[in-house]
Amino acid sequence: MAAAATIAVPRILTASPPTIIKSWREPLADDLALEALNAAREAGAQYADARIGRYRRQQLNTREHQITGVSDSESYGIGVRTLVDGSWGFAATAIMTKDAVAQCARKAVRLSRAAKSTQRRPVELAPVTPAKGTWTTPIKRDPVDVPIEEKVALLFATNEAALKVAKIRFVTSGLQLLREVKTLATTEGTLITQTFIRSEASFSATASDGQNVESYTEELPPRSQGWEYIEELNMPAHAAEWAQVAVEKLSAKTVDAGKYDLILQPTNLWLTIHESIGHPTELDRAMGFEANFAGTSFVNPPEKMINKLKYGQPLMNIQGDRTQDHSVGLCAWDDEGVPADKWLIIEKGIFKEYQTTREQAAWVAPLTGVKRSHGCSYADSWDAVQFQRMPNVSLLPSEKDTSLNDIVSATDRGIMIRNRGSWSIDHQRYNFSFSGQAFYEIKGGKVAGMLKDVAYQAVTPVFWNSMDMIGGKSSYWLGGTFSDGKGEPSQSNSISHGCPPARFRDVNIINTGRNVG
Amino acid sequence: MTIKSLYQQTAQQFLSQSEAKSLCDRILSFSKADETRVNITSGSTGNTRFAGGQVTTSGDTANTTVTVLCTVGKKRASTTTNVLDDESLKRTVDLAVRLARLSPDDPEIMPELGPQQYANIQNYFDSTANLSPEQRAAAAKKCIETAEGVWKGANAPGALFMAGFLDAQAGATIVANSKGLFAYHRSSRVSLSNTARTPDGTGSGWAGANARDWSIIDPVYLGRRAGQKAVQSRNPVAIEPGLYTVVLEPAAASQLVGQVAGALNARNAEEGRNAFSQRGGGTKLGSKVFDERVTFYADPSDPEILGDPFDGEGFPEGKFTYIEKGVLKQLQYPRFWADKKGVPATMGGGGGGRGGGGGGRGGSLRMQGGTKSLEQLIAETERGVLCTHFFYTNVLDPRSMMLTGITRDGTFLIEKGKITKPVKNFRFNQSIVQMLNNIEEIGKADRAETGSTAPPMRVRDFNFASLSDAV
Repeated sequence: MAAAATIAVPRILTASPPTIIKSWREPLADDLALEALNAAREAGAQYADARIGRYRRQQLNTREHQITGVSDSESYGIGVRTLVDGSWGFAATAIMTKDAVAQCARKAVRLSRAAKSTQRRPVELAPVTPAKGTWTTPIKRDPVDVPIEEKVALLFATNEAALKVAKIRFVTSGLQLLREVKTLATTEGTLITQTFIRSEASFSATASDGQNVESYTEELPPRSQGWEYIEELNMPAHAAEWAQVAVEKLSAKTVDAGKYDLILQPTNLWLTIHESIGHPTELDRAMGFEANFAGTSFVNPPEKMINKLKYGQPLMNIQGDRTQDHSVGLCAWDDEGVPADKWLIIEKGIFKEYQTTREQAAWVAPLTGVKRSHGCSYADSWDAVQFQRMPNVSLLPSEKDTSLNDIVSATDRGIMIRNRGSWSIDHQRYNFSFSGQAFYEIKGGKVAGMLKDVAYQAVTPVFWNSMDMIGGKSSYWLGGTFSDGKGEPSQSNSISHGCPPARFRDVNIINTGRNVG
Repeated sequence: MTIKSLYQQTAQQFLSQSEAKSLCDRILSFSKADETRVNITSGSTGNTRFAGGQVTTSGDTANTTVTVLCTVGKKRASTTTNVLDDESLKRTVDLAVRLARLSPDDPEIMPELGPQQYANIQNYFDSTANLSPEQRAAAAKKCIETAEGVWKGANAPGALFMAGFLDAQAGATIVANSKGLFAYHRSSRVSLSNTARTPDGTGSGWAGANARDWSIIDPVYLGRRAGQKAVQSRNPVAIEPGLYTVVLEPAAASQLVGQVAGALNARNAEEGRNAFSQRGGGTKLGSKVFDERVTFYADPSDPEILGDPFDGEGFPEGKFTYIEKGVLKQLQYPRFWADKKGVPATMGGGGGGRGGGGGGRGGSLRMQGGTKSLEQLIAETERGVLCTHFFYTNVLDPRSMMLTGITRDGTFLIEKGKITKPVKNFRFNQSIVQMLNNIEEIGKADRAETGSTAPPMRVRDFNFASLSDAV
């Protein structure tokens, strides 16, 4: 154990007035981007885009009475993507001079030519109207600029409140804050600058009774919001209640493996949507582009799936959406300058459309009649090439205002799961395993106590077709993550998933608590 | 405000030792903190991705990133930037000092190290650093055409779908601090993997390798192996889930035994949080934890590993045997925890809970192999399942190292010493502690063949919990 430290919560030395960000501009960005495009054109590119990004990330982590890490990072550079005779090339540099970006553009053209030597099918881009303008995440207060004292005070007050709960031994809490300014210019005439602000908090508590140790992590999703979101979470006021769940887990009884009706709270269900609907409906996965890494998809081939695959019951409507307020996938344009879109991926249980980029739209246009991109192009850094990434993918709530209590009351023998735990899913997104943070036995329409060692394992279409109850609008909740990995080299995508609570019938529950001494 | 980098990188796209020293001195001169550490990574990457038999995306990037860690009294914070002009660097240093001053005391802080001696490890290869986009595209083409040749040779209808990835990196890692420590090391690494999928969607084969030196990777071998596995894995049959003897190829073994590294942290073990914690308190040091044929050691000079000579604090990487003949001999003691326990430190780490909050470090950890080849292991198996590699392995319970995951890209039934048929993929739920107690045979690791330092192994009673239709 660490030596006990006196809790010295620093006073806030400087008051910081609420800020409303209008727009960040990189003074040289437009000029450098256009310089790169000219160089690419001169070197033979028929199309090029130049993306300049400045990323500021701040992270603060604490454990009990101490800070376990404070970091602040800045990354700035340009990535140039070129198309020569239908083959992509990409190069990136952090040296932001006109000569260096021009050289970078020429290198991208060289990579296009190298790729051309293997070409079998040339790239064709879906049309897009050139965009001009700026956009900024609507926020009240820039989280990066909030004084560090205020951030530390908030986390220490949170930890202190949790540590007052009997049997709590360890507490961790943290903040992740991002400000990203991105300029995109294309040889087709797009010139846009977007500023993204995103905030996330974390909390976990560990309880021990001397024999057993149990932890509980609260689900505090990231949002495209400013410091006002962190304040709304009111972590110090809720910490004891969250920590108490870890204590309650100490006396939870181990689950009897078998089939149960499963009630998933939105804090658990969002991740299941992400893995079993979000990923398999990525068109590049379905077409094999991720075969060597993240895998392919059972939603393939498109001609046998679009308007045909019965993913679930008619109460199931899944929406792709990059326009949703507060979601971390929110933007005005994607990384190809395509306007943010909203569309149904699954309508009344039937699969309708994949997620697409400009390159991919034509692959399925004859089946869907949609010739434009759904705006799913994204790169996580200036030095990474943009490719198809998931938009926010959400399960729409029922028209009826069904509540979580209504679902519990209607369930005779079941298990309810709160928050996400360990997860695993196969490379075609069929067979999955999800755990959670807290598990409740449901008997005769009532919560009958806590369980532990629970994971549910199922096959995707069977699982979704077993969903027979979902909550209404007032039970809808937006989860998400900053770290959805895909691609080689791997890139991280920020994404939100909204959903109401839902019930699934006869799901296989395993006991994960094998005792090996 | 002018935003530009005044620093011009060299033709090799990363800092030379003298350039690095001068940059570190410049940064250190800006700091008014009690102690300052500078970590720099400077390098270039070149990658080529292919799918559908052609290069899809590829990229060349270069970057130099500076992290400044400032200590004021017992307070510490770090900041990072890749903008290297004086104005930006000063701002970065000032921000670190300011963040440190605002932070509360860290009771676990350790002073910066003074100058250290390091092993001379040569793990930088021009063959990797100079790998051009044209060479990468040619390597992709070799994988694709070789696998397609295997497919045609099998007289199978339609076209094989080939996807893969080649990633080459070269650069320098630098640590410097205000107590005179300066460490510079250049290294390279490269990996190539490819997956062949049959047009009917019933077969899939994977092969991959990684190395410091590109010249030992053979794209033709990898393409052929992926193609052969794809051909052999078509139309898999379902066999009942349950406990099976398994033969793990090196890539599969590596994904499972890699978990052991995460459990070697002494503090976590002493606090009851991992597989080497003794029930009721203390650790299992000195106890037999695995089968007596199991030995894990770390040695950055090992020619099969070629690790880096120092860690992020500039602490020299050493040679340690953690598990010897199944007995837990040594845990990892970061500097703070070692100081507290009165034992020699085995790695950097102190302050901010880094003295023990995280997992262990596995960069140069290696499981000792035996003498038999993978083929011999298969030939000596009466009945079992051969696993090429796994997907999405995640921990279900850290205290038993209980993992779940899925087999992938070549899962076969072995009967009477021969591969008889492809089988459908399985989900496994398996404790690694139990698995390493159920060893039947450990084979020989061969990096040139497999790209992995983990040996192949045969294990009994491996728990396949359910079937997966995924191919």
